[in-house]
Formats: sequence, structure tokens, C-alpha cells
Amino acid sequence: MTRAFTPKVLTANHLLEGDVVYLSASGGWVRDLAQAEVLTNEVDAQIRLIEAEQQVDTVVGVYLADVTAEGQPKHFREDFRATGPSNYAHGKQASTQAELN
Amino acid sequence: MYQYNDFDTAFLTERNAQFRAQVERRINGSLTEDEFKPLRLMNGVYLQLHAYMLRVAIPYGTLNSAQMDMLAHLAAKYDKGYGHFTTRQNIQYNWPKLRDIPDMLDDLGTVGMHAIQTSGNTIRNVTADHFAGAAADEVADPRPYAELLRQWSTDHPEFQFLPRKFKIAVTGAEADRAVIRAHDIGLQLVEQVGEIGFRVIVGGGLGRTPMIGKVLRNFLPMADLLPYCEAIVSIYNRLGRRDNKYKARIKITVHENGIETIRDQVETRFAQIRPAFTGVDQTLLADIKAQFAAPDFAKKSEAPFTAAYDADPVFRSWADTNLTAHKAPGYAIVSISIKKQGDTPGDATAEQMRAMAELARTYGHDELRISHEQNVILPHVHRADLPALHATLKAHGLATSNIGLISDIIACPGMDYCALATARSIPVAQQIATRFDELKLEHDIGELKIKISGCINACGHHHVGHIGILGLDRAGVENYQITLGGDHTETAAVGERAGPGFAYDEIVPAIERLIAAYLHLRNSPDERFIDAYRRLGLAPFKAALYPAVNAGGKADAA
Repeated sequence: MTRAFTPKVLTANHLLEGDVVYLSASGGWVRDLAQAEVLTNEVDAQIRLIEAEQQVDTVVGVYLADVTAEGQPKHFREDFRATGPSNYAHGKQASTQAELN
Repeated sequence: MYQYNDFDTAFLTERNAQFRAQVERRINGSLTEDEFKPLRLMNGVYLQLHAYMLRVAIPYGTLNSAQMDMLAHLAAKYDKGYGHFTTRQNIQYNWPKLRDIPDMLDDLGTVGMHAIQTSGNTIRNVTADHFAGAAADEVADPRPYAELLRQWSTDHPEFQFLPRKFKIAVTGAEADRAVIRAHDIGLQLVEQVGEIGFRVIVGGGLGRTPMIGKVLRNFLPMADLLPYCEAIVSIYNRLGRRDNKYKARIKITVHENGIETIRDQVETRFAQIRPAFTGVDQTLLADIKAQFAAPDFAKKSEAPFTAAYDADPVFRSWADTNLTAHKAPGYAIVSISIKKQGDTPGDATAEQMRAMAELARTYGHDELRISHEQNVILPHVHRADLPALHATLKAHGLATSNIGLISDIIACPGMDYCALATARSIPVAQQIATRFDELKLEHDIGELKIKISGCINACGHHHVGHIGILGLDRAGVENYQITLGGDHTETAAVGERAGPGFAYDEIVPAIERLIAAYLHLRNSPDERFIDAYRRLGLAPFKAALYPAVNAGGKADAA
């Protein structure tokens, strides 16, 4: 029996900026994990992955990352990618803070 | 120090123009990522966790003030105001944009710097003793030989696609500050009946399978340096395994074939190619050597030093901890700690880099060094100038008195930046340093080398730390293994794993227990941690790390 499919988000690095991006439900790339589309259907996820891999002039290193049903990262590596490094607020947490201010 | 000639400048300009065109072709879609990746890696450009990373070579760790100013300029203009000095004496920028990188390389070119061969399966930046040319204990300055090796290895047509990366380190002293026994080739300048030559060590390395290098030749005449190194890399290129990335380094080639076989083959190859080296390299070497002439050392009274030393306990503590004996009378080697407790090991801001460049111009004969321990060195400072220098360092947050102490920690970028990492390193280093600063214990503890890597590849040299910490991913959780008894010097040793790993929030308390045990066990304040470990072995330290389990492995009744 194959393992049940668990929720995923499609993620990559942006070609020009290098920063972490996620695929949104509208098919665009967003920088905030909260705006990413949570994929719950395996076929759907695979199609999205193949399509995203074609976008070689926009993104680099596309893959599906595990998330909870609520879209939170399951692995701590994805947590760091979504927030930024822990020694300086130079990653995504910088823009989050800017929004809060 | 070495100044680029017209050939070097033209080569670099052309190379940078090539890379600029490659970046343009990647952006306009003419090159795929698979095509572009090897090209960007050859020019030091990685794609890391949050951004691109540019690794700039600092050949044998030597810089002048104009170069340090340029590193500050890159940090301020293209990055987030800082740079990260690494265990390979390089600097890394963590946040460049792809479009900016060709401009960064052009800027570097104006001061004779580049990022060539800071990645890829090539001969990497040649590293050296950071006290070279200044140390009281060296046979000769190793940097001219390192520069000769740099020129020979840069774009060497035979060695652009080696089985794996290849690292050479050179030292001129018996006291090994360049970790030569953990390099693919380690070279030590030695003197034999009035002649200077090299002890050649091969097959050292850390990473997944740590190995201490083995002596290939006890004495190699100076004039044979290039052909002999070429013979070694040539044999490695032929025998090195390309079927398994984890067995591809020369340490495995030496281990699997045996040092005798490697020696026989190297000597045969050497005999073949030696006649092709007709002496051009020696002419080049003579030119290079002239550029590394010692500075014109000043002769003046040391009275200002003595006065400050007697009057100011903060200066005294810094002088006792951060200075090293210099070969010239009245001079000292200054180690500037960029490990202020709680800060990121190896990071310097643009403003700090400019301050250090200015200090080098004013007091330091225009020379700076980067150490593999991620600090900055001013190799030639007259003792009379030290009080003024110290005051400037204090003003820039650079006067931390902790060289060689528990907070002078080597830490790789770890999972805060690195795409290969399995756990974080930086916050572990920050917390250990902060904790022992709070306890005000570090000067009492004395010399102690803590080295932290965030993955098995061991950029943080954990195997050769007195205390090594290796961060791993255990079932989706950060876990830290401790090794004890490692040594990076001439008495090199690979540390012994102490036992099961610790969770992220358990690692600092574990180190604290370990240190408490050492303070209790040492037979005098002069007995260093490593000496106590060698005398007593693992058992008492293991008992301190794992208090719930006694020596018999049963749960402690208490």
C-alpha cells in the first residue's frame, strides 16, 4: 500500500533575488508562506510541480515541501526558509516586521 | 605583498567579462540552471537557503587596507552591511542579487581580488599560517610559495575537473596554525643542513571520514615544489574515485591505495614531469619573494605600552590574551577578535572592516590577515602603538579579549544560511559564548577550542576541536553530537565521540557540565582542557555529560 499523500506547498528560490518563493493558488509566486496554496491532492501537486519546473527564467530548484493542513512547515529547515536566519532579522522576518511597524 | 601584473589584470578582466555574459544569458533564458550552475560555481556563486552567496578568495588570508576597504564596500553596497569570514580564510556575502554579482566581481578586480575556484572540483584557495611573515617561530615566510601555488593552480587546464575539491595549506613554522594535517596537501617549510625545503603531507581531511594527513616526503627541495604538487594532483586525478562523491577526496585515495603506492606513483610521475619545469617557476618565485619583503620595522620606545599595561586592567587583559610574539624587536602580532560574546562568529560589519583597514594603514604597515579561526590579524604592530590601537578597537566593538578562549568559537554558517546544513551552528556558538561570559569563567578556563559544524561536511572543523559539536537532523529535530580531544595543531588528532547527541536546548547545559568537570579534574590552572583530557581519557568527561547513567551503563539510583 502506498503512503497517503500529505499536504504540500510548492517552493523554490527566485532566480534574480535568490529568496524563497511559494506558488499561490492563482499560479503566481509569492514570498510569504501564508499566501501559498496548500496542495492536498497528489496528482494536482505533481502537475503543479511539472509546470513550475518549466519556469526556468523565474525560479530555481522547485520542489514540494511538507506542511500541516494549516500550511505550517513540518520540518525545521522549511521553518527557517519561511522566516529567515536566527542571528539577524535579515530574511523574511524583516519584511514581516516592516509590515507590523 | 603580491601586486597583480598586467597578465593577472588582463586575465581577471576577461574572466569577469565572461561571467557577466553568462549571467546575462542565464537571465534571458539562453542558459538553463543545469548549464549555468557549474559556471557560477567556478566563480564562487552559490544558491543558499535564503539567497545567493558569493565566496571571495582571500589568498593565504592576506589583505592590504585597500582590499579590506573594498570588502567593506561590497558589504555596504550589495549586501546587508556585513560579511562572514570563513574557516578557509575567505569571506562570504550572504545576500547578493544575481544581477549585482558581476559588478561585485569587477569591483574586487580593481584591488586584485576574485572569487575564482572558491567552489567546484578544483584546487581551492591556498591557505596559510595567519601569522606568516611575522611569527617568531617560523623558518621562512610561507606566503611566496602559497602565491606561486595560487598562480600555478588558477585555471590549470589539467585540474579543472578533479574527482573532488582539493585544498592546500602552507606553514613556515613547526607550530601548526594552518591545520596542514587536515588538508589534501599540507606543506611545512623546514630547514635541512642550511637549505630550506618542504615537508609534504598528503591525504588529510575532515568531513564524513576524518583523516590525519600522512608524510609523503620529509624533505622536498624548494625548486621541486610545483612539479611535485603537480605529480600529486595528477596521480589523484587518475586514481581518485569518481563513482562515489563520499569517497572522492584524496584522503580516501591514500587510504585505499596505501601511502607507499601513492608515494611510488607520485615519484614516478614527478620524474616524468620534472624536466618540463625549466626554471621559469623559480624566476617567478624570485619576483614574488621580492614582493613579500618584510616591512621597514620601526625602532622606538615601548614606554607607552608599559604605561598602559600597568595602568589599565582592560588593556592588560586584552594584551595578555590577544597578542602573540613577533619576530621583530618591539613588535607584536595583534589578533582582533570578531567573536564578541553573543555575536555571530566571523561576521564583521562594513564599518568594522573600514576601521580595521584604517588601523592597518595607521599602525600596521598596511597588512591584515584572516585566520582560519575566523578572526582578523594585524601582523605587524609596534608595541608603542598598542594603547591607541586598542582604544580604536574598543570604539568599534572589536576589543574582545578572548583569543583562544571558550568564546573564540569556530562555527560554520549552519542551517541559518547553508543549503547543505542539517542543523544550526551560529546560535549554539552565541549561547555558549554568552553563557560563559555571564559566568565570568572564560579566562579561568584558559585555552579551549570549541568548533561547531552544522553538518557532516565539517566546515566548522569539529573533529579537531578540543570540544567538537556536530549538528545533525535526527528524525526532523536538531541534535548535537559532542566529540572530545580533537587537535588541529602539529599534534593533530581526531576527537572521540562522547556518546548520544543532545537536543538544541540541552547542548549548552551539556557543555557547562563538561567544563565544570574539567575545572574540578584539572591538576592545576595551567593544565589545559586538552591536556586534562589526554591525561584522564574520555570516562570522567563522559560521566559529566551523561549524569543519569553511571559508568556501568545502568540508570543512576540517585
